[in-house]
This record gives sequence, C-alpha cells and structure tokens, in this order.
Amino acid sequence: MSDWPILSAITFLPLAGAIIIMLIPADSAIAARNIRNVTLFTTVFTFLISLYIWVNFDNSISGFQFVEKYKWIGSFMEYHMGVDGISMLFVILTTFLMPFCILASWESIQKNLKEYMVAFLILETFMIGVFCALDLMLFYVFFEAGLIPMFLIIGVWGGKRRVYASFKFFLYTLIGSVLMLLAMMAMYWQAGTTDISELLVHPFPASMQTWLWLAFFASFAVKMPMWPVHTWLPDAHVEAPTAGSVILAGILLKMGGYGFLRFSVPMFPLASADFTYLVFALSIIAIIYTSLVALMQEDIKKLIAYSSVAHMGYVTMGIFALNMNGIQGGIYQMLSHGLVSGALFLCVGVVYDRMHTREIAAYGGLVNRMPKYAVVFLIFTLANVGLPGTSGFVGEFLTLIGVFQVNTWVAMFATTGVILSAAYALWLYRRVVFGVLEKESLKTILDLSGREKLILYPLVAMVILFGIYPVPVFDVTNASVEALVSNYHEAIEAAKITAQASLAN
Amino acid sequence: MYHAIVFLPLIGFILAGLFARSLGVKGCEYITTGFLIISAILSWVAFFSFAFSDSAPQTIEVMRWVNSGNLNVNWAFRIDTLTVVMLVVVNTVSSLVHMYSIGYMHHDPHRPRFFAYLSLFTFAMLMLVTSDNLLQMFFGWEGVGLASYLLIGFWFKKPAANAAAIKAFVVNRIGDFGFALGIFGVFVMFGTIELSTVFANVEGVAATKGPVLEFLGYKLEADAALTVICVLLFMGAMGKSAQFLLHTWLPDAMEGPTPVSALIHAATMVTAGVFLVARMSPLFEYSHTALTIVTLVGATTAFFAATVGLVQNDIKRVIAYSTCSQLGYMFAALGVGAYGAAIFHLFTHAFFKALLFLGSGSVIHAVSDEQDMRRMGGLRTHIPKTYWMMIIGTVALTGVGIPGTLIGTAGFFSKDAIIESVYAGHNAFSGYAFTMLVVAALFTSFYSWRLIFMTFHGKPRASADVMNHVHESPNVMLIPLYVLAAGSLFAGVIFYGSFTGHEVGGDHENWYNGFWKEALFAGQDNHILATFHEVPKLVKFSPAIMMLLGFVLAWLMYIRSPGLPKELARQHPGLYAFLLNKWYFDEIYDFLFVRPAKWLGHFLWKKGDGWLIDGFGPDGVSARVLDVTNRVVRLQSGYLYHYAFAMLIGVAALVTWSMFGGAG
Repeated sequence: MSDWPILSAITFLPLAGAIIIMLIPADSAIAARNIRNVTLFTTVFTFLISLYIWVNFDNSISGFQFVEKYKWIGSFMEYHMGVDGISMLFVILTTFLMPFCILASWESIQKNLKEYMVAFLILETFMIGVFCALDLMLFYVFFEAGLIPMFLIIGVWGGKRRVYASFKFFLYTLIGSVLMLLAMMAMYWQAGTTDISELLVHPFPASMQTWLWLAFFASFAVKMPMWPVHTWLPDAHVEAPTAGSVILAGILLKMGGYGFLRFSVPMFPLASADFTYLVFALSIIAIIYTSLVALMQEDIKKLIAYSSVAHMGYVTMGIFALNMNGIQGGIYQMLSHGLVSGALFLCVGVVYDRMHTREIAAYGGLVNRMPKYAVVFLIFTLANVGLPGTSGFVGEFLTLIGVFQVNTWVAMFATTGVILSAAYALWLYRRVVFGVLEKESLKTILDLSGREKLILYPLVAMVILFGIYPVPVFDVTNASVEALVSNYHEAIEAAKITAQASLAN
Repeated sequence: MYHAIVFLPLIGFILAGLFARSLGVKGCEYITTGFLIISAILSWVAFFSFAFSDSAPQTIEVMRWVNSGNLNVNWAFRIDTLTVVMLVVVNTVSSLVHMYSIGYMHHDPHRPRFFAYLSLFTFAMLMLVTSDNLLQMFFGWEGVGLASYLLIGFWFKKPAANAAAIKAFVVNRIGDFGFALGIFGVFVMFGTIELSTVFANVEGVAATKGPVLEFLGYKLEADAALTVICVLLFMGAMGKSAQFLLHTWLPDAMEGPTPVSALIHAATMVTAGVFLVARMSPLFEYSHTALTIVTLVGATTAFFAATVGLVQNDIKRVIAYSTCSQLGYMFAALGVGAYGAAIFHLFTHAFFKALLFLGSGSVIHAVSDEQDMRRMGGLRTHIPKTYWMMIIGTVALTGVGIPGTLIGTAGFFSKDAIIESVYAGHNAFSGYAFTMLVVAALFTSFYSWRLIFMTFHGKPRASADVMNHVHESPNVMLIPLYVLAAGSLFAGVIFYGSFTGHEVGGDHENWYNGFWKEALFAGQDNHILATFHEVPKLVKFSPAIMMLLGFVLAWLMYIRSPGLPKELARQHPGLYAFLLNKWYFDEIYDFLFVRPAKWLGHFLWKKGDGWLIDGFGPDGVSARVLDVTNRVVRLQSGYLYHYAFAMLIGVAALVTWSMFGGAG
C-alpha cells in the first residue's frame, strides 16, 4: 500500500471524472442529472480517498511524506509529489470544499452545465497539484494552469461585469506569476535543480535572495491578496458564481500563504528577515484599511470579499512573525478562513438564488421567514468576527500573540481589527437578517431547503469543532513548522557569523 | 460536581436550542430552569463545602485546547473561594431569572429561543469564572458578550434593540482590545497564560532587573511592564463593567427584556470586570499605578453615573445607571486593595439589583409595558407585593442600617465597607474617591427613592384603561422576588465577617485568610484589612447621613411639593439638559469615532481603491494601453521605432543601474 501513488491518485481523480463527463452527451434533462451526479460522486470520492493521507500521516516527521518521483521532461524536470505538515491540510481542505461547491451549483447553474462541471473538476486537479508538487516547474504549471478554469468560471458563468472582473483577475495574477517564473529560472541556474526538497536546503547568496524574494512576493502578494494589489478580489468575488467565490476565497487565496511558507521563508530566509517590516506594514494596512472599506459596502459579497483581505492580513502578519505561534496561527487562520469565508459565500448564494440580488438594501428582516438560515448565517458571521469557540478565533489569537513577541506596535494596530470586524460583520447581519420584514419581494422567501442544509450544517459543525478542539490540526502542522522556524533561525545565525567574520577580516 | 455545575446550562441551551419543536415551549422552559436550579443548589453546596473548610484550591482539567510552540492552553476549571462565590452569584440569580421569565415572557412567541439564550449566557459566564487560564476566561468573556448581544437584540423587530445590541458588542470589543493585548503581554512576560503558574512567578518576575517587556518601542522594567499589563487588562474590565468612557452601551442595553437586564446587566456579566481585577490581584498588587487608575476610574464612574441617574425618567435606565455607579464603587475598592470588600459588594449587589430589576419588570408587566415613570404613580395599592419587594431592594441599595452595629441591610455592610476602605486607602486618589463615593451615596439614595415615589406614590398618571388592567404578577414571578429579598436583607449580616475579615473583637486576618485561602492576594504593604476598621466615627457615619439626606430630599421633591423638580429644571436648564443627555457622551462619540470611521471607509473605498489603486493600476494601465494602441494605429508604424528605442534606452539604463548602483 505504501508504494501506491496516493497523491497522484487524488490529484488526477477529478480529471478522470472530467473526462467521463465530457463523454456524456449533453442537451437532455437526464444527461444534466448524470453530469451532476458524476461530478458530485467524483468530488466526494476524492475527498474520502484524501482522508487516507490524514489517517496515515506521520505527525512526528517534519519532512515530506507519500513522496512520488519520476523522470519527466528530459532530465531537468521531474514529476515529484509529496506533502508535509504544512501542505497536507490544504489538500484536505480542497477536497473537502469541492463537494459543497458542486452542491451549491446544483440548481443555480443551468447554462453550459457540462462545461461548468468540467472546469471545476479540472480546477480541483490543479489546486491539489499546487499543494503536492515538489518540483519547481511542476508547481508553476499547476499554479498557473489553475488560473484558466477560474478565469472561465468567472468570465462565462459570472454576473453582469464578469468580463471586466475576469480580465482584472487574470492580469493581476499573471503579471505576478511572470516575475515568479523568472525567479524560478534564476533559481535553476543557480542551484542546478528544480527539486523543491533540494532547493529548501540550498543556500542562495544573500544578494540574490532579495531579488528572488521580491519576485515570488509579487506573485504571492497578488494571490493572497495583500494591500495594495487586492482590488481584483472584490470584483472577482462579486461577479463569480457562488461556487467560484467559495473556491476563490477558500483555496486560491491560500496559495499565496502557502507559497510564502514553501518558498519565501525557507528558501530566502535572509531576505525574509529583511522584508519582515514591509510585510507587517502591508498587513496592518490591509487589516485596518479594508475593514473600514468593508464597513461601507453596499453589496454583501463585496463586504465579505473585503473582510477576506483583512483576514489574510492576519495570515501574512503571522507568517512573518517567524515564530511557532505566528506561523501555526497563520496556517490555522488560512484553514479556518477557508471554511468560514466559503460558508459565508454559500450563505450569500442561498439568498442570491432566491432574490437574484446582492444589494444589502434589498434585504432586511429575513429572520422572520428564514429562522434556520438566520442561525447558520449568525454562526458564520461570528466565526468571521473571531469569536472564541469558533475556528476563526484560534488563528487570529495565535497570529496576534506571535507577532506581539516580535513587535508590539504591529500587534496593537492589528488588534484594532478585532473591533472593526465586529462592527462591519454585525452591521451587515443586522441589515440583512434583523428588523421587520417589510419588502414585498421578501414576503414569500423560503427557509433553507434540504440541499442547502446538507451544505451548511456540516460546515457549522466543523467551524465549532475546530474552535473548541483544534488539536488535530496543530498535531499535523507541529513538526514541519518547528523545522521551518528552527531552519530559519539557523540561517539567520549563520549569516550573522559570516558577516562578523567578514568584518573581522 | 463542578462539571455538572458548568455543563448543565450548556446542555439546557443545546436542548432548548435544537429540539424546541419536539420538547414544546413548556418543555424548554422546565428543562432549562430545572437544570439551572440543580446547578444553583450544587453551587451552594460547593460554596459551603469549599469556603468554610480546609479544602485547598485545585485545578480540574477537561480537555486540550490550543497547543502551539510554548503556548499550551487547556480547558480547565480553577476551583478556589473566588470561583465558588461567583458560582453562587451566577447560578442563584440565573435560576431565579429563568423561573421569573416563565411568567414574564408568557406572551412571547419565541420563548424557547429566550430560554436557550439565557442558559447559553449562564454557561459562558460559568466558563469565565471557573477558568484556569486567561484564554478560557477570554472565551467566557466574549461568550457572555455574545449572549448579551443576542438577548439585547432579542426583539429583533425593534430597530433600537438591534442598534443597542451592536453597540454593546462593539464597545465591549474596544475593551477586549485591551484585554487581548494584556493577555499577550502576560504570555511574553511569564511564558504562559495559566493563572497558577503566572501567580507563582509574579514575585520572581517583579524582582527581575533590566527590561522584561518591550512595549511600543519602550523597554520596560518589571514594575512598569506589570503596570502596562494591568492597565490593559483593566481596559477589558472597563468595557465589560461599563466604566466611565466605555459605559455608553449599558443604558442602551435596557432595550432587552427585563429579566435579561436583571441577570446580565445588573447581577452577573457586568461584574465580570470586577471579578477579573480581583482574580488578577496578584498582578495588580505589584503595580500601584495601575491600582490608582482603577480607583480613579471607579470613583469617577460612581459619581458620574449617579448624577445621570438623578434625572432619568425610564424606570429601567435609572436602575441601569445605578448599576453603573455601584460597579464604580467596586472598582474604587479594588483600587485601594480592598478586594474582599469589592467582591462582597458584588455579592450583595447581585441580590438587591436583581431584585430591583425584576421588581421593576413586575411593575412594567402590571402597567402594560410602560417604562416611563412619568406615566406611572399610585401603584402602591394595586401591586402591594411588588411594592414591598421594591422597598426592600431600595433599602438594601441605599444601605439602610445603624452604623456601629450589626443591624442593617446587605448594601449597608458592603457599601460601608467600601467607603471605609477607600478612606483608609493610601493611593493618590483615595481622598478623591472617598469624596466621590460619599456624594454618590447621597445621589443613590435620592434617585432610588425618587423611583419609588414616582412609581408607587402620588396620584396615578397612567390612562384609566391601563389602570384598570393593573394586576399583581403571578407567583412564578413573585417567588424569585421573595428569595432575592431575603438575600438583600440578610446576605450582609451573614457573610460580612467572612468576606471582609470583620469580626467584632476578633482576629481579622485569620478569618479573612481562612475564607479566601489566598484566592485574593494582598501585597506586603497592603494593610487595608487592618486599617479599614479603624477609621474615624464621622467616616463610618457619613454613608448613613447621606442616605437619610437623600431620602428626605426625594420625599420633599416628590411627595411634599411635587412642583419642585420642574422648577429646578427650569432654573438650571443647562445642567438639566447636560444630565438628561448623559453628559452628551453618545453625541461626542458619534462625532469623534462613528462618523469619521464611516467617512474614512467611504473615502478609502472610493478614493483609495477606486481612484488611486484601480485608476493608476489596472484600469489606468488598460486605458493607457488603449490610448497607445490607438495612437500607434493612427500615427503610422514609423513611430513604433521611437517606442522601441525608448524601451531600449530604458532597459539599458536599468541594467547599468543594477550593475553599478544596485550591485554595490
């Protein structure tokens, strides 16, 4: 069983599902049903198999596990897959969220259903690939290829301004990626390999680290997104169909944070140390600035999108605190945000499917007719606010306590986000859910359907479970993060010693 | 046993919250109330078996929670005297409020939700008071905030209730901002946020030479660092206990149902701040500066809230300001190191303030949900039982008793203990605090009797229709009042000695230490325990004099010559408006914070994101590209060379710069 290429299996299962769907002839009600069922089956099956990794994951090992390695193109690129404590849970998060996305699209997507499902399955393959790839070029291929299905999902199945939004999304991320590609080429010339596990221990010269770090930063900061390259996100979210938003917020944004942890910090530790304050500054601005902007939004999805930017500010801040608390908090915040923001977008989808508007002003008093929806939406809102007892709190708290040990100014400014997030989230909730149900259009609105309960209830359970018992996650990430932190500090110490030595000469 | 005390309310919440339909409304009411009564009885058992025996403080582990690096936090209960006292307060009031609500909320269609929220609140409060570490305390802290938010906004159709709910949550979060930073500070200084370890190491850390904490660019020595941490923690306490500057949410919170006001906004949640400071007394004792600030804020609040209470017309708001003011008393006592007296006042205050709130709820219930005292009056003969309960609450709050003896109501013992302690205290603001508290005692007596006179005496001012419907509350509402009344009358005399260490002719400190068993810490130069008994006679009598004076004034103005208040208001319109509008805090905050935040949000959105980033970023670039391509098309391809040439120069310049400039 140990030789079984489990990671490849998970990665390419969705692709296999996509091929099967392409073989189903379209244009009939039965075909549409089959397409939905096959997609759902594929994603659920993929999720179940992916649990195998978690069950058999050895928490005590800091290095890569389930490794697969084959020769690929010529001799310089390899097909090399593996996961460690940092990447493994992102794989699970991806496979976990996918069935919900498919269920959320069950009825709302009627146009080009087949293509839609194929796009999602291909997207899943690329996303899992990103988190499993252990070869620079392989990573790049997955990382970039993922853009295309997302671009299509927004551009074809999106709202009114979908073309503008999809191009903005595409251009932003592409420009960042081009710089990253250049950096990767430079890394290959310098180190003579594209193997990530070898690059992790390769000492890049300090002057080169700066440039490489900046090139990678350009790509990851856009993905994250960090201020000021965040403006593509609200537009993309607003125009994307519900499932697209879920994937965007749940997984695609996490690739930026994952990138920092996989490349920037371990491969360019000296540059990371130099640029810590740049990241802190941008993170604080993101937290305060976008929270204030979120306060004034008139569109539900845009508000949640801005709040995502603020939450990602905690992640970048935590990662660059470069200690155990900060980095583990950052990872936890990413996982939790994947669940919470995904769930919030699903909640918006529920009312959007009924009313076909995302204007906050079009709602009000939903609790009168939708009590179950009100409860579910409240729990996710509170998780977004970071209420203790929900998963949102654990990550936020750890990143803050991590950064407090490094710089109290940063921690203080970031903690103001706690106040602002309560303001914008509760205000939104009040305007949408509370009050008297006065609007004529809302008088016949229905509470959650069985399918919607199936989507939202498990997420509620997860959010609360990981709020009161986050231990399983920390057990997985512990060894890898510890290695990351200690390697980083060793590199910094080593650089100090050489610097002193050269001064002494 | 402690598991049952803490988790029964949670089970009640889950049952009433999830299975309301199958349990039925009655089922939900009886299950939540029944669980709470069991919890309350167990709490009293725990109280007597722990506080009055030799049991040592203990920690009960429940489950792992957050383990990251050197931060290890578990779900755990810390059992000591302070905990069991709080268990008694919380569960007693909560079970009575549950019971009372069966009658009070009788007409409400959403009763299961109401009882579920009440039980959720109780659970969160219990997690707060039993917590063994600061993180779990923060969990309970925010949990009670959530329950408060839900219960204030319980009538979700009322815009005022929704606004008040958000205000309560957000203002509390401002305090939590400080609290959170305080927790981080404790972690950095002590390497743990587990209370027992922190307390064990305070002495060592305080004696450390050299900087122990870097805060906002300052390298702080041990005592300065402890001051910073204590002040930050106190900021959290200010938010939760509605102290001066962060008090604005409490009066608005009266939008919630009255039982909620009694439970959350009088007896339990708002005292969490007092609990926090008392719990962290081992830290506060090492920082005189922090304690001085606590006294200053407490005394100011006691005075400020009492002045506002003088002129309010909403029966619940009067009591709300009274609560705010009484919490100020507790903080003033904490600030001079009289932790026992503060917790004692917390304990007695829970009884009589809950009694007053529930009593006023009974009044409101009787007069068809009217809350304005100007439309009440003359209710004494119609609802005599409620009347007498309110009288008991009032004599307890105003502290009726004979100084120098053990005859008196609960408030008499606890309030006098505070005023005497503050007089005997040594910090820079104890004189100020003494003055403020004595004046506040006068105001307290005045507004309390004003409330009684306006509501129950004189001629009825309600419409005939309302007066015809006036009825006494059912027993399910009255019995909780009787229990609380008994507490208001006798809790003082029974527990005075144990809580404050006062025993006539006895050994103060042994009694005190035998009861508290080091749950409350007193530093080496904290002699308040010995000195507060030896204050001058005049100091001992001052609260009683003020209490009588207040009563006489109220009697003069509202019974003897009822035209007097209007006359006074006419003569001093500025002062009257200033007090009536609560010192204009809401208006000032709206101007200083709320509107600028909204303006800034809008500005950053439209100008920051829209004009600056998008304008010069993607939109600008695409517009320029369009311009350029248009021009290129229009101006023949010959010009292309110019662009190519310009680009070549640019690249050459960049390469040159990076070779000579950047490489060095």
